[in-house]
Amino acid sequence: MSMAAIRWISGPVLRATVQGSFFLRECVRVGPKALLGEVVRIDGDEITVQVYEDTTGLKPGTLIEGEAKPLAIRVGPALLGNIFDGLLRPLTGIDARVRPGARAAAPSRLAFSPARQVGDAIGGGESLGELRPAAGRALALLVPPDVAGELVSIREAGEYDDVTPLATIRTADGRETGVAMSHSWPVRVPRPVARRLPMREPLVTGQRVLDALFPVALGGKAAIPGGFGTGKTVLLEALAKGCAADVIVYLGCGERGNELAGVLEELPQLVDPRSGRRLMERTVIIANTSNMPVAAREASIYSAITVAEYFRDQGLHVALMADSTSRWAEALREVSGRFGELPGEGGYPAYLSSRLAEFYERAALVETLAGTRGSVTVMGAISPPSGDFSEPVTSHTKRYVRAFWALDVKRAQARFYPAVHPLQSYAENAAEFAPWWNENGNTQWLELRRRFLMLLDEQSRLERMAKIIGKDALPARQQLTLACADLVNEAFLRQNAFAPKDRVAGPAKQAAMMRIIGRFIELATQAVAAGLAPDRLARLECLRPLVRMGEEIGNDEPEKFEAVGAALEAEFHALIPTPEKRDEAAAAG
Amino acid sequence: MKPRLLAEGCATRLAGPLLFLKRTVDVGLNEAVEVSGADGRTRLGRVAAADIDTLTIEVLESTAGLALSEIVVRFVGEPMGFALGPGILGRVFDGVGRVIDGGPPIPARETYPIEGLPWNPVARDVPRDFIETGVSAIDLMNSLVRGQKLPIFSGGGLPHDRMAADIATNARLARGAKGDFAIVFAGMGLPHDSAEFFRRRLEQGGALERTALFLNLAADSSTQRLLTPRYALTAAEYLAFVEGKHVLAILTDMTNYCEALREVSSSKGEIPSRKGFPGYLYSDLATLYERAGCIHGSGGTLTQLSILTMPSDDITHPIPDLTGYITEGQIVLSRDLDRRGINPPVNVLPSLSRLMKDGTGEKYTHRDHPALASQLYSAYARAVQTRVLAAVVGEDGLSEADRRYLAFGEGFERNLVNQAGARSFAESMDAGWRLLKGLPHAELTRLSDEQIARCLSRA
Repeated sequence: MSMAAIRWISGPVLRATVQGSFFLRECVRVGPKALLGEVVRIDGDEITVQVYEDTTGLKPGTLIEGEAKPLAIRVGPALLGNIFDGLLRPLTGIDARVRPGARAAAPSRLAFSPARQVGDAIGGGESLGELRPAAGRALALLVPPDVAGELVSIREAGEYDDVTPLATIRTADGRETGVAMSHSWPVRVPRPVARRLPMREPLVTGQRVLDALFPVALGGKAAIPGGFGTGKTVLLEALAKGCAADVIVYLGCGERGNELAGVLEELPQLVDPRSGRRLMERTVIIANTSNMPVAAREASIYSAITVAEYFRDQGLHVALMADSTSRWAEALREVSGRFGELPGEGGYPAYLSSRLAEFYERAALVETLAGTRGSVTVMGAISPPSGDFSEPVTSHTKRYVRAFWALDVKRAQARFYPAVHPLQSYAENAAEFAPWWNENGNTQWLELRRRFLMLLDEQSRLERMAKIIGKDALPARQQLTLACADLVNEAFLRQNAFAPKDRVAGPAKQAAMMRIIGRFIELATQAVAAGLAPDRLARLECLRPLVRMGEEIGNDEPEKFEAVGAALEAEFHALIPTPEKRDEAAAAG
Repeated sequence: MKPRLLAEGCATRLAGPLLFLKRTVDVGLNEAVEVSGADGRTRLGRVAAADIDTLTIEVLESTAGLALSEIVVRFVGEPMGFALGPGILGRVFDGVGRVIDGGPPIPARETYPIEGLPWNPVARDVPRDFIETGVSAIDLMNSLVRGQKLPIFSGGGLPHDRMAADIATNARLARGAKGDFAIVFAGMGLPHDSAEFFRRRLEQGGALERTALFLNLAADSSTQRLLTPRYALTAAEYLAFVEGKHVLAILTDMTNYCEALREVSSSKGEIPSRKGFPGYLYSDLATLYERAGCIHGSGGTLTQLSILTMPSDDITHPIPDLTGYITEGQIVLSRDLDRRGINPPVNVLPSLSRLMKDGTGEKYTHRDHPALASQLYSAYARAVQTRVLAAVVGEDGLSEADRRYLAFGEGFERNLVNQAGARSFAESMDAGWRLLKGLPHAELTRLSDEQIARCLSRA
């Protein structure tokens, strides 16, 4: 094992004289507490090390031990339902204060039943059998992607802990490797896949404004920029609770401790309506709160995506929520400053953009090495300074994501949530999802989406005009546009994350609501064309149930939507002056 | 405690706050030191960097008056700590935890590191207990809960001091016993008269004997200012999590703290980020603000109410901007409302309490509270929008509904935000319902039909 002794230390950076050989990005253990660090520079017999933990008390002469491997984490089935720090060390079962130093996860026990036999040829990333945890879904025992060969031995069915080797594989060069339920994988290396698949299906988020207007693909990438107080965290939490993924990896990167406490309290109580299981069972939480060491924040994003890739390789659809990538970028900036690197735009290092690309490019819909279909969808929050979207992190992220969900201060101030701005946000290739919606009961999806977006766009133009000439001076048709756009906002886009029936809107509910609102717009347009005064629309009886339907009608109550729709038809029918009615009126008069 | 080591006559260079020594003793990074010179004053410092031959000491007080040949450095052998014990309430300390009220020293029981270790999120309890502050704009619209960190974003000349003092004296828990309630006050770069104002107000309210005051006055050393909140929060954590009290920590003025951080950073020659502030301003502020919360099984809680004055009332300035990203909301004061005689001049639209959802509703305040607050927000936002419209097209050009919103906005500021004395929560609720009566019921989309029928007819 290579050793080194500290020569100089300041903050989280140290230089040390080596005895033996170190390689770049090698993982090291520093001092008696075995603090984790990484070699970031080599110069003759001197290495520069970035330490991921508080370095208080270290002094010249302290010894450093090389691990002879890059920074790696242990991925396995026992991650589900638990909370870890940025370097994937467990936060449960330790003190109330997070102290620096090494600590390993306590092994957990799972039931194993083998599916392969001795003598089988095993490829990297293939499954050796089924794992059944005490709670939660069954998973596969995956061979590490970089191990392949002949199965020499395998244990019989039974309960084992997750670090004991259960099978042995003899590789082509004759070496025998033990395979346990969990294995180690370097965080900065993407896990290999058989091939990437085209993305033609949305990840249903349960948020109407996202699914209807700005969908993200299963295996796609979305960014959520927003100034402070615009509801990034609440939206990400709503997505973690409501989106239709099999596994959620929630990364709290430089965020608040109290919020994580809230997530930790709430998730175990909520039930996933799709599987009937506790939401916590499908969730892995990785927490580096804002007061934890900065250097570990830089690594936490890679830990999170490696965990997500592991579950993808199980043939599952994984959603990764990163809150917030700006804190990660700032950690990168801070660490870069300590190395004395030349600062680029906004003080960030020049490689910010390529690091962001490396991260976002690990999102994909794939065929796994085991031949199954899995995906990682990444949703990253951005906290731009002063809410200015032209800053480096937002502008670089925009180049790599397909869905951009811009949060708006004005909407947030009126407590209009989710505060996604319909004109600043976008989703590329949304039209590709129309066939999926067709199959899932919303044949008009693309047409209604286009109409809603046009209405909202026109509204912003008309409101500017109304500010100059007054609303009443607008022609009837334009007043109608304003009324309809208001309805789209209030009845459809606004969604109450804290109302039990409104928290998550399933595809069927979204389709029903879109249809009813689309029908209202049609009827109202006819009515106004036939001479109805636009301000009469605001006094319609059917309007209030329409605006309240999101909060008052649940996903499993389609008949109530029918009733709202029927009431709407009836009221307009009585209102629109058709030629026959005019004749009747004349006869009566 | 480890034996203390002395280093004499080995200072080689002094540059601003940095002191370079030949390395004659074996000490670790971040350990505390006491530097004294011929003038006999001791100055606190810490080991900022170490290599084989030299030690770099960051002196946290003025280095003026030090001569290389006369410097004596005492090594404490551990990171900077604060010795605390019972009886710190009712006492006055300077910015680095030394008693300055002329009384006896604190009977110390244990020394706590002033940097504090980060709390494990698993050990935190979700803050839930509603605190009634007596201010409608907070209680009704942006409720404060025990364990929250809620700053007041203010500006020079606005009555933030008065508001903080009022909250400190009026705050009470809506639920459960009165418990042990304590106040820790940290004044950073505070003018003498402001410090005196707080002391007097707390005394008048009868709160002084349950308050610990930490004063770093405007004339005191600015490097010491970086230590003041750390000493104060260490004391607050001790009171909350060792003695089990419910502590309200008032930190004022965070802007002075950040200015001091910038000053020290630039004297160390670090690369500046936005507006000359160091790139680690966010992380540094987080180490202070995150020291609030409820810890499982400790009995006590630590609530933070920090005050910061926004330079030129600019909420996008790095100090309020980064603060807003860390704290659980903010209360924003408005110069415009202040000029119009609204007191307290809280601008509710940019104000926010992120933990409100956890501490309001049936179990905590009132079942209709969340819906009422949401409806008031929506209506007031529309009123403000209508005001802009009215400024251009004139009030006559507005529709009937818009005119009602305009009247609502005026009433909201005059009769709900504005208040003469403390208001109970029930009174705040009633004021809210009364205001909503003036609006068309069909437009109250954030209330259910049942709520409209039950509450609006009664109010």
